[in-house]
Amino acid sequence: MIIIPCPFCGDRDHSEFSYGGDATVKYPALDASAEDWYNAVYLRKNPRGAHTEYWHHVGGCRSWLVVERDTLTHEISSAKYAHDGYGDSA
Amino acid sequence: MKRYSGWAVFREGLRGQTGWSRAWRDPEPKPEYDIVIVGGGGHGLATAYYLAKNHGLKNIAVVEKGWLGGGNVGRNTTIVRSNYALPHSTEFYEHSVKLWENLAHDLNYNVMFSQRGQLGLFHTPAARDAQAKRANTMVMNGIEAELLDKEGVKKLIPHLDYSENARFPILGAILQRRAGTARHDAVAWGFARGADERGVDILQNCEVQGFLREDGKVTGVETSRGVIRAKKVGVAVAGSTGHVMAMAGIERLPIETHKLQAFVSEPLKPLLDYVVSYGAPGAHFYISQSDKGGMVFGGDLDFYNSYAQRGNLPIVQDVAESAMAIMPCLGRVKLLRHWAGIMDMSMDGTHIMSKTPIDNLYLNAGWCYGGFKATPASGYHFADLIANDRPDALTAPFSLDRFEKGYAIDEKGMGPTPKLH
Repeated sequence: MIIIPCPFCGDRDHSEFSYGGDATVKYPALDASAEDWYNAVYLRKNPRGAHTEYWHHVGGCRSWLVVERDTLTHEISSAKYAHDGYGDSA
Repeated sequence: MKRYSGWAVFREGLRGQTGWSRAWRDPEPKPEYDIVIVGGGGHGLATAYYLAKNHGLKNIAVVEKGWLGGGNVGRNTTIVRSNYALPHSTEFYEHSVKLWENLAHDLNYNVMFSQRGQLGLFHTPAARDAQAKRANTMVMNGIEAELLDKEGVKKLIPHLDYSENARFPILGAILQRRAGTARHDAVAWGFARGADERGVDILQNCEVQGFLREDGKVTGVETSRGVIRAKKVGVAVAGSTGHVMAMAGIERLPIETHKLQAFVSEPLKPLLDYVVSYGAPGAHFYISQSDKGGMVFGGDLDFYNSYAQRGNLPIVQDVAESAMAIMPCLGRVKLLRHWAGIMDMSMDGTHIMSKTPIDNLYLNAGWCYGGFKATPASGYHFADLIANDRPDALTAPFSLDRFEKGYAIDEKGMGPTPKLH
């Protein structure tokens, strides 16, 4: 079981969360080139090791979090709010 | 190489089993090969086998970081089927089933391919319509398929939960009679033996740690057993695709690595002689019985990027609930083992078999949940791609650049979200 340290709710079981994928992906401007959109929509680094990713505490405070997790060991090094204005955000 | 036969078994029985030899050699790496295949799983070994058999090539090595059959080829639920609905996938998987049908003879190795039939249950009128459409698509493509109503399913398997009180009552099923299961380890061993017999060097405990590059071309691999030069390199490493391709300089791919669990129960007397898939809304479950009697089953991914070959508990519960929903008679059966393999989940749920932006480097990846059934066709067509340096008509749609060009092959219609395919 992965325990995610939600900054609002404390240590919670990962089954309370929904996974949101790679948090380093930033969508470009709507009028950006097709290549920029292709990069954002389809290409992933998919690292074996440290991964920055979104988790949605859907069964808790409903915050979106940015979590640093190792994809090989599942060790979590940090969990922060995804949005600005809520304390220590990512 | 001694050929296996009934007579050989009988003779060795009389001779105290003293005449058997190793099924494949354990050679030292040569400094150079014409072709190096990275990954000694089902697809890598099949590729080497067909390179030797169909294209007459001899100077080939398969490099494997662990042992043969230690990855996904030994971790799957052994289901073989070709019930696809989209063009390209239909033809590809049907070719694979046809290769499976003669594989044991071709390899002189009993892969125990059992065409026991696969039933895909449906539980809602909408799912019935979708499966009817799928069955019609299959029939139009020359692949047999049948649509059964509830009574039809009941006749084949009387002990599923057919009650009206079920959360998702069974309305019927799509049946592919030529689908079935195979003995997964035997597939790896059979291809390894067949490739070795034709001169392929299978190098185990030989982990690729880097690629040699000259003038933008790949010219070999650096491994834990030394540098091996190669004129061409094919990569078939399933969940490790991102990790290996990054070493070659391709940092980003339309793939995420996820783990998928599988389960086997204690051995039971014959209980289920079909493969059954459960497709109720929100559930994903498939079960069959192995020749040893164990109930072999699996469900969904763990739903987060992971390279860990071990599963997590919420999915164990999820899969157990699905099992109980369709086969309540399994309630007191003990689980023997569960494990996980790491899947290369692609952005459209379909595999990638392609040349890459780097010359002499070829990629075979993105098989999602379904790599095992594809093993023979994957090897057959990947070998053709490498040998001729161009995709054949059947392989061309599975190119790496299809996403950029807008030709994604999205069987489930899930969009670019790998975990949902």
